Amino acid sequence: MSNPTIIDIISPIMAGPSSSHTAGAVRLGLLARNVYNSNFDKVVFKLYNSYAQTGKGHGTDKGLLAGVLGFNVDDIRIKNIFDTPEAKKIKYVFEFLEVFNRHPNAVDIIFDGDLHLEISGNSIGAGEIEITGINDYQIKIDGKYNTLLLIYGDEPGVISHVTKIIQENEVNIAFLHCCRNSSGEDASMTVCLDGELSNDQLKRISKLNDMYIIRYIKKLES
Amino acid sequence: MRITTFQELEEVCLNRNKNIYEVMMTSETQSGENTEYHTRLQATRSLFAMNNAINVGLKSTETSISGMSGDNCAKLQENFGKNKSLFTPTLQKIMTYALAISEENVRMGTIVACPTAGSCGIVPSVIISYAQDNNISQDEQINALITAGAIGKIVALKLPLAGAVGGCQAECGVASAMASGALTQMRGGNVSQIINSVGLALKNILGLTCDPVCGLVEIPCIKRNAFFAIHAVTASELAMADIVSMIPTDEIVDAMAQTAQLMSPLLKESAKGGLAKTKTAIELERNKSMV
Ligand code: SF4
Repeated sequence: MSNPTIIDIISPIMAGPSSSHTAGAVRLGLLARNVYNSNFDKVVFKLYNSYAQTGKGHGTDKGLLAGVLGFNVDDIRIKNIFDTPEAKKIKYVFEFLEVFNRHPNAVDIIFDGDLHLEISGNSIGAGEIEITGINDYQIKIDGKYNTLLLIYGDEPGVISHVTKIIQENEVNIAFLHCCRNSSGEDASMTVCLDGELSNDQLKRISKLNDMYIIRYIKKLES
Repeated sequence: MRITTFQELEEVCLNRNKNIYEVMMTSETQSGENTEYHTRLQATRSLFAMNNAINVGLKSTETSISGMSGDNCAKLQENFGKNKSLFTPTLQKIMTYALAISEENVRMGTIVACPTAGSCGIVPSVIISYAQDNNISQDEQINALITAGAIGKIVALKLPLAGAVGGCQAECGVASAMASGALTQMRGGNVSQIINSVGLALKNILGLTCDPVCGLVEIPCIKRNAFFAIHAVTASELAMADIVSMIPTDEIVDAMAQTAQLMSPLLKESAKGGLAKTKTAIELERNKSMV
């Protein structure tokens, strides 16, 4: 947060005790939920490093679970999330790991249900977060923008097709991040937008060749 | 005009004969960062949540997840009720509220990060206690909270408000400066006095480390909130007496940012030095049932 506003300084309203380890955890869960965007009956959380060492004491485990269940950072039920009917409906497992090349506050959230998806993210301080990976694709979503996430067969011209459709409605692209997976055949694209995409635009993007995953992820409330 | 320093802020306020909260909201509106409407709305919500945290925290003795804390506020209230204090009733209230909110924080209660969760008791305890005892309207409290936010914002342009980057200078230290400015404003201090109170408060917290025991936002954080709430009052008293810091507030912020850089990473939230590595802290860590 290099250029905060007055609002950033006097908020968020949140369940304590830590912006990075509690509020950040809830937001990571929420954003992962939006990325997954399907029904699930099991979630595995792998907490790394500082998240593993001080996670229980900071309620990081409760925050992550609350987030994937759709609770907001200021929800008073977070404290007793394990006892809520929402939590009792699903299976969840926490693993605590030390891996030196992961971020100090890293987590993998592995959903099982309609589909199997592994989502990785970091809590980078002051409640700010980033989703950095989905399965073995590198992506970058921070929840501050409405974001279009695409995973597709890497062919020439896809980027320009997509950006053309986006710009038709005069939606401004704030950031665009592209990346190829390790085999080099598939690519991911994250497009952060200043406005909203229409259903029609989304439909047309999904009809482009070789689109495997398409997600429109709404920004998080701050 | 986008305002980035306390000097600019003071000049613009004096030239236009406006308050800090007005000038800073106009500045954010003009630069497209936020509208006055949204800022006021969030300040109103935050103030409401702060009051709630106090009310809940005053009545609770539930322990934190780690089991290390939770009954300080109850003990303080009991003692204020029983024994004579050197503090006036308002000062007693400030300390009590600061503990109430900070303990609510470690119980996973709902608080307002202001500027951070670890320092969440300082600004609200000062604003709300003073307001309750001096008939300050809700609007004026909101104005005070916006001024506090504006102060934190200007500091944050030079130093991120996070213990991991700036040590506790950047959390409880800045919270104390924010509270001091807000208080000075509610007391009718002028813009120069408000900005001076910020400088005075910051000057006295330079070098404050972040070395929480077991890596949890608990020891020393909870009690530190009570200390720094009172610290804010001291800075305001000095400022209202026109005792001026020889070093201007912006330069103090520069010194704070430099101090943050010079501070060992062992003392910046890593729990690898200072209090966190005392004999007792290591024992606590070994015994803790958390992880
Ligand atoms: S000591 Fe560290 S964790 Fe505690 S309030 Fe200060 S900066 Fe936050």
